[in-house]
Order: sequence, then structure tokens, then C-alpha cells
Amino acid sequence: MQIALSVKNLTKKFGDFTAVNNISFEVEDGKFFSILGPSGCGKTTLLRMIAGFHKPTSGIIEIREKNVLEVEPNKRPVNLVFQNLALFPMMNVFENIAFGLRRRGEKGPEVDKKVNVMLERVGLPGYGKKQINQLSGGQKQRIAIARALVLDPTVLLLDEPLGALDAKLREHMKVELKKLQVEVGTTFVYITHDQSEAMVMSDYVAVMNSGHFEQLDTPQNLYSNPASSFVAQFVGNNNKFIVGLKKDESGNFYATTPEGGQFLLSEPFDLQDQGTFEMYVRPEAMIINPSQGNKAINELNADVKAILFDGGNSRLLVVPENSKQELIVALPQNHQFDYIKAKDKIRVGWYPESAVCFKKSEEKIYEEL
Amino acid sequence: MKNSKPHKIRWSFIIFFIPVALWLFLLIVFPHLELLKMSFTGTDFYGKSGFTLENYGEFFKEPIYWRTFARTALYSIFVTFIVLVISLPVTFYITKIAKIKSQGFLTILVLIPFWVSELIRVYGWIILLRESGVINKFLLKIGIFKVPHEMLYNDITMVMGLVYTSMLFMIVPIIGVMESLDDALIEAAYDLGAKKTTIWRKIIIPYVTPGIMSGSIIVFMLVLGSYLTPKLMGGKNALWFTEQIYNSMIIYFNWNQGAAFGFLLLLLSSLIIFVALKVTRQDFKEVVK
Amino acid sequence: MIRTLPNSRAYTTAYRLFIAVFFIFLFSPLLITMILAFNNSMFPSLPWKGFTLDWFFGRGPDKIGIFHDDSNLRSIFTSIRVAVAVSALSTLVGTMAAFLFEHEDFKFKQAFYFLMLAPLVIPGVILGISILLFTNAVGLFFEDKLGLDMRFLAPGYWLVVFGQFSFITTITTMTISARLKKFDRTLEEAAYNLGANKLEVLRFITLKYLRPSIVGAAAIAFLMSFENFNTTLFLVGSDQTLPINLYLQVRDGSTPVINAIAFILITFTSIVAVANLYGGNKKNQT
Repeated sequence: MQIALSVKNLTKKFGDFTAVNNISFEVEDGKFFSILGPSGCGKTTLLRMIAGFHKPTSGIIEIREKNVLEVEPNKRPVNLVFQNLALFPMMNVFENIAFGLRRRGEKGPEVDKKVNVMLERVGLPGYGKKQINQLSGGQKQRIAIARALVLDPTVLLLDEPLGALDAKLREHMKVELKKLQVEVGTTFVYITHDQSEAMVMSDYVAVMNSGHFEQLDTPQNLYSNPASSFVAQFVGNNNKFIVGLKKDESGNFYATTPEGGQFLLSEPFDLQDQGTFEMYVRPEAMIINPSQGNKAINELNADVKAILFDGGNSRLLVVPENSKQELIVALPQNHQFDYIKAKDKIRVGWYPESAVCFKKSEEKIYEEL
Repeated sequence: MKNSKPHKIRWSFIIFFIPVALWLFLLIVFPHLELLKMSFTGTDFYGKSGFTLENYGEFFKEPIYWRTFARTALYSIFVTFIVLVISLPVTFYITKIAKIKSQGFLTILVLIPFWVSELIRVYGWIILLRESGVINKFLLKIGIFKVPHEMLYNDITMVMGLVYTSMLFMIVPIIGVMESLDDALIEAAYDLGAKKTTIWRKIIIPYVTPGIMSGSIIVFMLVLGSYLTPKLMGGKNALWFTEQIYNSMIIYFNWNQGAAFGFLLLLLSSLIIFVALKVTRQDFKEVVK
Repeated sequence: MIRTLPNSRAYTTAYRLFIAVFFIFLFSPLLITMILAFNNSMFPSLPWKGFTLDWFFGRGPDKIGIFHDDSNLRSIFTSIRVAVAVSALSTLVGTMAAFLFEHEDFKFKQAFYFLMLAPLVIPGVILGISILLFTNAVGLFFEDKLGLDMRFLAPGYWLVVFGQFSFITTITTMTISARLKKFDRTLEEAAYNLGANKLEVLRFITLKYLRPSIVGAAAIAFLMSFENFNTTLFLVGSDQTLPINLYLQVRDGSTPVINAIAFILITFTSIVAVANLYGGNKKNQT
């Protein structure tokens, strides 16, 4: 596979502030690559450097193995879909899409044809004559993408383009966008703070935090094998336990809570530097009232504080015995647990391999609400 | 600035800067420096020109000059105040009381007369008010007047004329601010038991103060510097200071004297605007927006 | 108090009455002036002596209508020539100033900004005399030292244009700046990203966006120039502008031909003002 975009040791400083810190990655042709991170992590700066709107402090950007650092943004074979879409309000839909083609000197029926093909492709045939302010949010979205795609860029950059849409439409557009990308086969580099967008659409996701990549992996791996505490918290929901570690005679590792809980871990740890650790267990990895006699399962008793009904995403809010920390437990809606009511006492368990554990980081981590 | 421009081309700055600098220096800064210089220049007995305070001395020696000056200043403040008192209820009516549908229409209606030249507006008043004017003729006909009365050429008419010609410049900025005043603030105050006067004093006036200030500055400046209205509507023996300037410059051809008068007027307008801004704690840059 | 709150009947009535009086005050001089343009009388006053168009089309000898009144026609033509030049110049420089103050950064920007606003608080009379004094001094300098006769520095057409330009440009700058402030600069980046060069971005995106405000500024500049009196008074030469010419006639006694001029001016300015306001409102909605 050819490499569409290659970034090597890229750094960008604004005065004393390092927005992007020595980042390297490669994106293969035709892939959907996402950069996922909280606001202020530097992802927009990274994207704008690729587009050419910022000059890197150091490092190299190559497109199809050609260094583009000296190429002006209007000559780079990349196009950007802006966060606010930046559709030209003084032109109609057709003129918006034709804008880039005309700048290349293309004229006449050729332009008409390309624009119409593109409109068809994004599902808005016959919309050429419409004014921008006559379009709905989702339609504007598609036009912005069409405007960039019509130029057939080597890499299409997308800067949180779904951010302005309401939740329902965003769900829909995720699927649309993925389908479109597969159809046109263009390399997409997509940045977002919404982990679900990144997971659903991408072949690869880089999780970015304060200027560097925490992990670059497939969505599946990010979810099941987070490489850091940050990734564990940022990708998907997770229950966090503050724990200490210990090892028994037979070589098993355990996480111990201040309340006296002791939970088997599936991996060995280096216990040289004693200290506080963080253990993460996903709500959907938690088993309600697990059947007895299974030796390998970790268990704790807990009070049901509230049932958070949310259709297929329903959860229990529980508080372990002798603890104040709240845990979230997935509540499957298959009538198996209909008997559980608020204030009930239940048991909650998980398999050791469902838990991950990291040294406690001092870094303040963005919490998703 | 995160969105700093990628490729700064300095010549775009130069292209924009040169004409603007030429405008500001050749037509504003240098002429006013020349005005200042001329006001301190005089010709001595032998026709040689040199530095002198004579032009300013003349101003203080002759009561007619400084009296006209003081009269102009006081009347300007008075007119500004009257304009404000009329404009507040009018703008309030247009933005908050009139039906939403008729708002745009009323605004245009208020603006149109002011787009017409000041001279035409003054002329309208002259043919209404003069001894042989429309009002006199009308009142004589219906028998209210036995003999025609001259209603022009007195201070009251002049003040009315000045109010009339400068009102737009108060109404427009206040409408701008008043429009953005959220009705819910007034409703909330009303709901909390405030009386109308309290709502005006505590909610509306403080909110529209920036508009009031920008309006007042412009109205004051226009009235202070107006020439036509006092000349055509005011009393024959009660001058406006701009007439003194005109007389010195054009009639007596004494440019040094005219420059001194001009500079005094400029000083006065700057001073009063400065004091007004300080008193109301407004920022000039914000106010003229 | 406001639409949504209850009011006593007396209050509402009194308020409406006040507004009615206000509008009568506003329009009566203009309406009377316009009506009397059609009075078949030698004086712009009552009694009504019947309808005539003589003050527009009369060829004399006693009633010379505006369309045959050489002196007034000439001054109208002069005013138009001045207004076109002022409007073009002040819109051009105003656009540049808007870009300078909104998009550029430079030393003393704040000071320049204040200087740009200064004409708002300088009485027009003062602007007139200071420009007169300065151009006279410069003209003398050129004549004495270089032996050049700089005609355009003497009172006349160009001095009037410069004088009006000096403060009208502040108004055009503010009008255009107000719109430029609202301009989303990512549109420029987007155009750039789509392959446009700097000039194309300016032409197809930024200037196109500014166009309503540029047209509006040009219209305002035209009207302000056309009716300017105070600054012009000191700079005018033998070619009088319409306001100056009208002033002399009003001062020295007038005939209804002034009403006819007023009728034309009021109609014309109303159309321009309404078109400007309506056009402005429509564009602002997008």
C-alpha cells in the first residue's frame, strides 16, 4: 500500500507553549484515519499544519512521499473541511463546489459535469441553484465535503465537521460519511473530540493528549487494550478504582482497595516502585450477580443507588459496601434483571482479563460529562 | 492568536497604510497644526509676521467674543439635553412599544427627514414661521391672530431648529442599543415590583448609556459647529460662535484671528466631550462604535 | 410599559399623542415645503393660488422653473461632480482603512484608530478653515520656493472634495469596518485551501462579502457630500455647490423655485435612503 500522508517528528510551538510535540505517523492510501482528543490537545494545530495554515517549528510533512513544507496551502494536494464548514454565503451551492475547479482554470461543461456528479454522490442532486442559507445543517455538511472532494485531493482533512449537528443527525452522518469514504476511496484524516465518531468511522485512531499521541491503534484495540490511563478514560466509559498492588506466593497479582477489597489481575506488574495505581473496569464488563463457584471472577457486594434507564444503554448506579465511590454497571434489557430495584443489595463481578491497571498519573485528565 | 495568518505579506499592509496615512496626516493632522500655528501668528506694524498672543488676547478683551463663545457652549449643552429628552421616549416607543411589524417602517420614517439637507429643513421652518409664513397666514385666517407675528429670529426658535436638525444623531445610536435591551429585563423588574420611573432609572437608562453618550457627543459637536440654523433662525444681534469665525476668516480676512477662534472652539468641544466621557465613565472607542 | 405589560389607558393615549406630535413636528416643514412647490404664487407661502408646475418647467419671464434656472442647475451639477468624487475616494480609502484596522497589526495602531475617529468630534467649520489654512500655506510654499502654481490648492472644486473627503471617509471606514468585523476569516482560508490565490480570495470572497457595505457607504458618502454646508463654506471657489447656492438665495429672499428644488431633493434622498436601508436590512439577514 502506498503511503498517502507521512508526518515525521512534527513539533509546533506558540511562544513557550508546545501545541504539538514531536508527532510521527503514517496514513496508508484509502484509509480513514482519526485523531481523537479533548479540546486544546493540539489536534487542530496538527491538522492546520498538514493543510499549510501553520508552519511547523520542526519536523517534516510528506504527501505521497513528497515533502510539502514549502508548498503553499493553495497548492497542496490536500483539502480541508472546516469545523464551521466555511461555505461561501455569497455563492450558491453550485458555485461553492465549482470554486476550486475554476481556480484550477477548468471551465464550461467539464465543471458542470464534475459538480453534478459530486452533488449526486453526496445525495443532493439538483441542489446546485440553492443558496447556502436555504440548506439544513446536514445538507451544508455534505456540500462542504463535496466542495473539497470534487478537487480529488490526495488527503481530505476534516476538522470536527459534525460538531454543529444535533445528536440524531450526527449519528446518521457518521454512517453516511463512512460509506462515502469507502465509495470514493480518498484518504480521510478526521479530527474529533467525540470518541464514538472516531470509533465508528475509522480504520485507525490516534488518541491525542496535550500535544502527543497516547496510542495509535485500531478502534477495537483502543477499546480493549488501552495503552494508558488517559486512553482508558477517554475512549468509552470506564469505572476507575484507586488501588495498591500486591503479589502472592503463587505469583498472582492483586489490586487492593482502601476498603479491603482484593481483586485478581490478569497481568504481571513491576512492583519495584510501590505507589498508587488506577484500575479500570468497563461497565459492560461488569456482571450482575454472577453465578457462584467460578473461581477466576472478582466480586464485590454493592447497593443499588439508582437505575439509570436509557433503553439499550441502561445502567445501574451502585455503591460498593463500605465505600463511597460510585460504579456504573451495564444493565442489559433482556428482562433477566427486571427484579432489581433501587436500594437492593447485589453482587457485581468481572473477569480479571476485563480489568486494566496503570500507575496513577498526576496529569489532570479531561473528564467526559 | 491561534489563527494567525499563514503567510504574512507585508506589502498588503503598506498598500492599506499609505492612503490612510496620507488622509489622516495631510487632511487632519497637518491642517490642525497649521491652524494652531496661525493662531499664534500676527503681523506687526511693519508687516512682518511673527509669534504673538494677540489673537487670543483679542478674544478675552472684547466681551462680544467671549460672550458669544459662552453663549454658544451653553446653548449647545442645552440643545443636546433637549434632544436627549425627546429622543428617549421616541426610541423607546419605536423599539419596545410599537407593533413589531411597524418597527422597521417607523425607523425609516424617522430617518428620512434627516437625510434631507439641513438647509432644506431650515428653509421649511422659515416658510412656516416667518411673518408672512404659512402658520401666520393660517392663524390670521381663522382669526386667532389679529396681526401677523414674527416667529423667527429669536432664541426659542433657534433652539427648536437646532433640536430639529440634530435629533437623528441621537435617535440612531439609541435605537441601536435599545433594540438589544432584552424585554425580559423590563418584565423581570416589573415582576419584582418596580415602578415605571424605577425601571427607567435603574434598567433602561443605565443600559442605553453608551448610545446616549455617542448620540450626545455627535449632537453636541454638530450643534456647537452649526452655522446655518443659528444664522437663518436665530436673532439678528445674538451671534453663534461659528459666525464669528466666518466673519474673521471671510469678511475681515483676518485668518490669524479666525484660526485662534477656530482653535478655541476645537478646544471647547474636545474639553466638554472629554469631561462628559469621564463623568459617565465611558470609553471613547466604545462610544463611537 | 412595553408590549407585554399592562398599561393604563391614559398613559397609552398620552404616549401615542406624544409620538403623533413628534411625527408632525418631524414632517410638517418638509411637507409644506413640498406642497408649496406647486403653488401658483410668487412667494413660497399661503394663500393657495392654484396648482402649477411653473416652478419646475416655467420659462419665465416672471416664473423661471428649476429646469431653466441656470444658476441652480449649475450648482446642482457642481454638487453632483463633488459628490461623485467624494463618494468614490472616500469609499476606496474607507475600504482600505477598514482592512488596515481590522486585519493588520502595526505599531501605534490604537493611536491611528483614534486619529481616524477624530473627524467625528471636530466641528465641520474647523475642518474647513484648517484645511483652507494648510492648503494655502502649502500653495504659497510651492509658489515661492519652486515657482509652481498649484491651482488645486486654491479654494475650488478640489479643495471642496478634499474637505468633505476628510470627514466622510471616517463614516465610510466605520460602515465598512462594521461588516468586516463580522467576516469569518475561515472563509478566506477555505478559498485559499481550495486553490485560490491571494487576489482571487480578495476578489471572490472578501470584497464580495463586503459589497453591500461598500455600496451602502458609497450612497451615504454621496448624500453627505451632496448636502454638506459647513466644511464646504470655507473651501468653495466660484463654482458654488447647491447647499451654498441655496443658502445665498434663502438669505437674500427666495422664490418657490427653492421649493421645487427641495421637492426634487427630498424625493431623491428618500429613495436613496429607503433603498439603502431596505437593501441593508435584506443583506444583514443572511
